[in-house]
Amino acid sequence: METVSCGNVLLFLVSCVLSNNFIFSRFLGCCPFLGVSSKVETAAGMGMAVTFVMGLASLFTSLVYQYVLFPLGLTYLSTISFILIIASLVQFVEMFLKKSSPALYKSLGIYLPLITTNCAVLGVATINVSAQYDILSSVLNGVFSALGFLLAIVLMAGVRERLETSHIPEAFKGFPIGLFTAGLMAVAFMGFSGLV
Amino acid sequence: MRNKPKLSSVFLNGIITENPTFRLVLGICPTIAVTSGLINAIGMGAAATFVLVGSNFVISLLRNVIPDKVRIPCFIVVICTFVTLVQMLLQAFIPSLYASLGMFIPLIVVNCIILARAEAFASKNGPVASAVDGLGMGIGFTLAISIIAIVRELLGTGCIAGIPIFGAGYDPMLITILAPGGFMVFGLTLGVANIIMKRSENKKAKEAK
Repeated sequence: METVSCGNVLLFLVSCVLSNNFIFSRFLGCCPFLGVSSKVETAAGMGMAVTFVMGLASLFTSLVYQYVLFPLGLTYLSTISFILIIASLVQFVEMFLKKSSPALYKSLGIYLPLITTNCAVLGVATINVSAQYDILSSVLNGVFSALGFLLAIVLMAGVRERLETSHIPEAFKGFPIGLFTAGLMAVAFMGFSGLV
Repeated sequence: MRNKPKLSSVFLNGIITENPTFRLVLGICPTIAVTSGLINAIGMGAAATFVLVGSNFVISLLRNVIPDKVRIPCFIVVICTFVTLVQMLLQAFIPSLYASLGMFIPLIVVNCIILARAEAFASKNGPVASAVDGLGMGIGFTLAISIIAIVRELLGTGCIAGIPIFGAGYDPMLITILAPGGFMVFGLTLGVANIIMKRSENKKAKEAK
């Protein structure tokens, strides 16, 4: 079982946020990355909701995997049980946000239920299992990877706010230019790959 | 119940008019992740098509039984069952493809195309039409990611599906098979697809006049 010791936490953080960034090197969570990145505030809100859900999802999925699925030899049910855990967590976050911050709830709109189908959340649960992280490392992996996602989506939103006013050929407006921007950002993030 | 849609138009709808990758821009993650080679792209496309056809068919059969409020979790459980099937079949019969697609097989569950079709089509139409819609969408997805994969593999390695095309003298443009190339080639093909669509629409508008 893989464990992250105290001294390694910082290294782990750098690795998750910069060199193994979820968007730019693992291609997870691209849909909200392109869909919710037109404004910095919404992007930050989405990023924080994802961070919260990913941390909780890592905790619960690894608990269920290690104490229920693995001992009973039911590992083939992991995908189906993970997605159900994630779906109910998202429902919970949605109810919580509706009560505590209606403004954020309104601006995230239809993307909140879509966190369920955000592949980053299921992806981090799958990575936790395949990398054989223990429970603490799984939670750290979830939160740190989500911070990488937050960084990426906020940076992207900053760039796209500028793109709004610039002159772009008709056919490349929206997604195509967004993807191209993401490509250029991925080049920059490749520079971090030798860091850890 | 609406009028019965024609099966052929339902089938073509997924391939051209509402191509999931180029027109609806859904399922971006697998599109970028598995298109570094043609074989991976076709494998992913086939797996997704199988899941789409199966889940659309079953969801359409259950559409009058599933209560409206809990429909999304029900859809996800059905989709997940088919994904687990695909995962086990690939692991047993094509282990090399299973290894190279890796974690993107379980992630078919959260591929927005599949849930979107369940919600938009299968929950409103009969089982045969839904299966045909799933097949059309699946083939549309496979074609789109194959095109992107051919461009990336050809420029990045000089090969298509591992067979050399450009010969030994070609200096490969490595960036297209690395992460940034995935985003850029997808962006470019999407732009080109937009241009082609626009042209054919203009042509139709002119003919109508």
